[in-house]
Amino acid sequence: MATPDSTSVGIPAAGLATPSAVGVASGSGLSPSRACPAITVSGLGLAYSGRAVLRAVDLAIAPGAITALIGPSGCGKTSFLSCLNRLVDLVPGARVIGTVRVGGDDVRAADSDLTALRRRVGMIFQKPNPFPLSILRNLLLPLAEHGVPRGERAGRAEEALRAVGLWAEVCDRLDAPATGLSGGQQQRLCIARALVLRPEAVLFDEPCSALDPLSSAVVEALIVSLRDRYTVVVVTHNLAQARRIADRVAVFWQVDGCGALVEEGATAAVFGAPRHVLTAAYVRGERG
Amino acid sequence: MADLAPVRRGPARADWHSVVLAALAWGAAAVVVGALGWIVVDLLGAGARRLSWQFLTTAPQRSGRSGGIAPMLVSTALILATCLAVAVPLAIAAAAVLAVPVSSGAGRARRLRIGLDLLAGVPSIIFGLFGAELFCRVLGLGFSILSGGLTLACMALPIMVRVLAAGLAAAAGEHGAGAAALGLSRTTTLLRLLLPAAAPAFAAALALGVGRALAETAALIFTSGYVDRMPGSLLDSGRALSVHIYDLAMNVPGGDASAHATALVLMALVLAVDGLSAWLLLRRRPWPAGA
Repeated sequence: MATPDSTSVGIPAAGLATPSAVGVASGSGLSPSRACPAITVSGLGLAYSGRAVLRAVDLAIAPGAITALIGPSGCGKTSFLSCLNRLVDLVPGARVIGTVRVGGDDVRAADSDLTALRRRVGMIFQKPNPFPLSILRNLLLPLAEHGVPRGERAGRAEEALRAVGLWAEVCDRLDAPATGLSGGQQQRLCIARALVLRPEAVLFDEPCSALDPLSSAVVEALIVSLRDRYTVVVVTHNLAQARRIADRVAVFWQVDGCGALVEEGATAAVFGAPRHVLTAAYVRGERG
Repeated sequence: MADLAPVRRGPARADWHSVVLAALAWGAAAVVVGALGWIVVDLLGAGARRLSWQFLTTAPQRSGRSGGIAPMLVSTALILATCLAVAVPLAIAAAAVLAVPVSSGAGRARRLRIGLDLLAGVPSIIFGLFGAELFCRVLGLGFSILSGGLTLACMALPIMVRVLAAGLAAAAGEHGAGAAALGLSRTTTLLRLLLPAAAPAFAAALALGVGRALAETAALIFTSGYVDRMPGSLLDSGRALSVHIYDLAMNVPGGDASAHATALVLMALVLAVDGLSAWLLLRRRPWPAGA
């Protein structure tokens, strides 16, 4: 009987980034906290229908900080992100190995509460995807689903809209269709929809790539405003944006046809003194 | 100058192509609309003089040569209602399985899809024989409106499921991940998000199902029967409008005017039901269609 090791799902065991190389939590100020949890990933591998897309990823995501995942297209950044809230479960044929801990809780444990995980870890997608409901219903629906008392829902919705700076723009038309908002407003509504559940961590998958520069700047400022209150992970192709907003940066690369983490560290260090040759070439714009 | 010639010819050829393509497209559209127009003009010419309030509200006389079609209207409405009452919930459930498959249900969805495609290609006379055997004989419902409605439900299901599943799958592609990321359950996602978002597909599925049910003749002759009196219950035999048209045209000398008038009523009904379903489902839609 094969043990559930990496080879059993077709994921190469070799990894470029060892725990020591990428600074996995070793007591260096990354202690898990309920309010703002650290996310600790170890030995993470992912395969879609037997094709390996991520291998042996070890990464400690600092609590309350903004961590940017950068790297060229197809190196597994979005796949990695979807492992953190187990959205990868939706992909038929996806196999995951390794451990993902959010605030110390193993999200892949058999007794893990998936609904609770999705409430604790919100996610924002590349393309704004408001539900085809009114602006207000977009926020009330998740509140109702998670059992928030009816009397609290309107207040929570207003709180979330204020948090993303949308309240003043939409307070007189909360019953208007959300799809009638501009792209930037839709994306902020989607962020409000995630924040309304009072998550502990928020994942952003290229949140500005479908927006015009002005809307992009608003959303970027909004992400920065989440620092210290939420553990934030942002996938971005925009190196300048990563440099502006991130406290820490993780560089992914496709090696032998499979995504891998090649370097992780403080933003200034990764951009100023990259340790890995691929990172150095990438941040100089010579590769990727 | 010589090297300019190909540049000048390029756009001219493209224009010529687009003119021909546009003419073909408009021609094809004209043939379709023209065929419909021909049918309507033909029916109006031969049947309009028979149309009256009395025609709609009285029973047929002399095998339908005179009198009206009131029992057929009632029978048709009951058969249609039975068909939709059974087909709509089943279509929604089956479309949900097809469009929002769980990872372990991919094989089941594939088998269901193949089965539906096979069913959609089965001739209606076969459905008639199947309905006569299962509903009339084995289940003991006899020649009845219930047997006819259930048989029609079997016939209408494949196309309704496929159309609805396509709409649900499109909605799931757009909103499925967003809903899952918020921890919404599959039931909430389906009922609160995907079905409302797929309202146009639902209207289309309903219209196709109604059209198929109203137009059907062969399957009903074997199941709901031929009796042209007013039905007393769902277990009574009843003659649908389409069966009435068939009977007048094939078996009743001198019944042509009544057949044409009945056909006009049937067409008007199909249009009315289609329009009503679209209006009911879309009028409260607070966002632009397709958004």
